[in-house]
Amino acid sequence: MSRYQFFGYRRENGRVGIRNHVVILPLDDLSNAAAEAVANNIKGTLALPHAYGRLQFGEDLDLFFRTLIGMGSNPNVAACVVIGIEPSWTGRIVDGIAKTGKPVAGFAIEGNGDISTIASASRKAKEFMHWASEKQREVCAIEELFISVKCGESDTTSGLASCPTVGSLIDKLDPLGATTCFGETSELTGAEKVCASRAATPEVGKRFMQVFDAYQEVINRHKTSDLSDSQPTRGNIAGGLTTIEEKAFGNLQKIGRKTKYIDVLKPAEAPAKGHGLYYMDTSSAAAECVTLQAAAGFVVHLFPTGQGNVIGNPIEPVIKLTANPMTARTMSEHIDLDVSGILRREMTLDEAGDRLIEVMIRTCNGRLTCAEALGHREFVMTKLYQSA
Amino acid sequence: MSTHFIVHDKADTVGVVVVEDVQPGKEVTGWIMETNETITMKALDAVPLGHKIALQDLKAGDTVLKYGHDVGKIVAQVGKGRHVHVHNLKTKRW
Repeated sequence: MSRYQFFGYRRENGRVGIRNHVVILPLDDLSNAAAEAVANNIKGTLALPHAYGRLQFGEDLDLFFRTLIGMGSNPNVAACVVIGIEPSWTGRIVDGIAKTGKPVAGFAIEGNGDISTIASASRKAKEFMHWASEKQREVCAIEELFISVKCGESDTTSGLASCPTVGSLIDKLDPLGATTCFGETSELTGAEKVCASRAATPEVGKRFMQVFDAYQEVINRHKTSDLSDSQPTRGNIAGGLTTIEEKAFGNLQKIGRKTKYIDVLKPAEAPAKGHGLYYMDTSSAAAECVTLQAAAGFVVHLFPTGQGNVIGNPIEPVIKLTANPMTARTMSEHIDLDVSGILRREMTLDEAGDRLIEVMIRTCNGRLTCAEALGHREFVMTKLYQSA
Repeated sequence: MSTHFIVHDKADTVGVVVVEDVQPGKEVTGWIMETNETITMKALDAVPLGHKIALQDLKAGDTVLKYGHDVGKIVAQVGKGRHVHVHNLKTKRW
């Protein structure tokens, strides 16, 4: 087996996952209790409670459906039970996930009540869990792997070393056919023209600038001075980052030096232009961004941190790396890879990129990330505006 | 020889301290990544790990370069070897 192959689960639609979850997916906030009860009844299943799903409309509702259907469709999910308050939207989620060919079933609470719904959904979840638990991993190629990246609680060590380590991985794996994704529209502020110049074609760069400019309109409509201390965050400032521009240039190191992005994705939109690097319009809040990337079908996430962001995702394993020696020392249980040796000139960026590839492949083969071991399951949907 | 601070680009006017013990008066060594050059100077402030140190005298209104790019403007005079952060550097944007 080559160093770029891994053992994954091949799904009905040909896509490859690195985890084998049976997900109990609530359609809406009202269905969380039933979903969690089913996951409690049937060991080996995983509920994804969330806060939304009622009275959303327009583009915000489209994003809501895209996110939920995308989470269920992600190749890290073997099978899915959907529970909703009413049958119509529950069925819309079920039909969306069913397009992947994976087992999926829906249950509606109205007219049945929680207890009866939990009983029927538990029986189906048990059947799915037994079926999924016999799935075997097989050898998969790097061009079948979908990798997302986003950094958090950044400091200056992020821009010096941990983000460039991710960039090194992308520069190494892009020519081998990996599919990769970066986002964080707000945290490109100040580096947006450099980012636009990294598009594969002028047309893609123009579409990036349209997304960026639309975001600026939102900021200008709601801003207070310095974005109410949100950009940079207090953690960023404690770590030595002073301005959003400084943060943005550090952030952009994650896409490497050579790789060009081939398309601009809407939030939670699945890539459709083949292998390559994609830019997705996302918030820079860690859990929102990773959730959107997981919903777009990315199966493993690389997360550089400076001051020590502890985020995880329920279905997409989040690998954390840091170059800050204090963070590596004081928060070691959260750090999958310590690249602080780069700052001491004991390790080159090229070597760090190879180390990250190795940790990522081991994670794909089944090694739990720190965030998985610690139970971090931040599933946070992006909401575009208030509900009706 | 240990590296106390790192500079991204030759053109940069600030470097990043990467050790935990930079105190006033300490002779510090820096590595310019772009050109692989080594530079030395005297630190005039205690600068925490991850924080920036001025590589030249900077006056109010000066643009600060890091990664070879504009990352904001100086709002209070800073001498070479001093700590550069929110008290003397601001974004030009908001």
